[in-house]
Amino acid sequence: MLPIEYYLWFAAALFAIGVAGVLLRRNVIIVFMSIELMLNAVNVTFIAFSRQMNNIDGQIFVFFVMTLAAAEVAVGLAIIVAMYRNKKSINVQDMNLLKW
Amino acid sequence: MESFVFYIFAFMVVAGGWVVIYSNNLIYSAFSLLFTFVGLAGLYGLLMADFIAATQILIYAGGVLILLLFGIMLTARKTSIEITQSNLPRLPGAIISSLIFLLLMVVIFSEPNWNSATNPGVKETVPVIGKLLMTKYLIPFELASILLLAALIGSVFIARREDS
Repeated sequence: MLPIEYYLWFAAALFAIGVAGVLLRRNVIIVFMSIELMLNAVNVTFIAFSRQMNNIDGQIFVFFVMTLAAAEVAVGLAIIVAMYRNKKSINVQDMNLLKW
Repeated sequence: MESFVFYIFAFMVVAGGWVVIYSNNLIYSAFSLLFTFVGLAGLYGLLMADFIAATQILIYAGGVLILLLFGIMLTARKTSIEITQSNLPRLPGAIISSLIFLLLMVVIFSEPNWNSATNPGVKETVPVIGKLLMTKYLIPFELASILLLAALIGSVFIARREDS
């Protein structure tokens, strides 16, 4: 096995890309994809440590993260479609109905 | 050899992720996300997590990505697939994400011995995962199924037209 640092650096880079996407883009769907990138970075870390510690529990956590990601995408896209129907826009800055 | 394969998959993932956040075309973003997911599945295979790798392909490349493509098609007008770049202040976001990256690197480097073991790894993951899901993680497993059911019903309810 490669040293685990390789996987940790890689996961850190992927997580940073996801954070940059959430902060820099204004399109809701791109923000969604960036959230998926961050969740996947966490999954890589889980699996790398699971391999390192010779313990399979980390892989179970990855399953739950995947379940949550799937549920999140389904509900989120439903919200996006409903919002597009009402506002004709998928820009984050137009989602200001609850803004004080 | 192993590091060569790692670099190929890691480059695939990082380049795909970069295109996702950098491209002005939503379709390009979605398809480079496909490369990212497939590369991640390859990395999981490299880490001996074969079942996770298959699940990654099935759920992310087969499910999440298709849902995202449907979302793009349902919300795109002819003019809005090409996202116009407004003059947003980009500097704060770039600084924050670089700081997070630096922080993670500092944490990783400050631990000198990650104890890179040479253990052979778990040979067969599927039986162990199945046993764990049915014994130790039974309640979270059932809760996850309830969550999926709730997400299914909720998304249908939210996305439904209200003029019926």
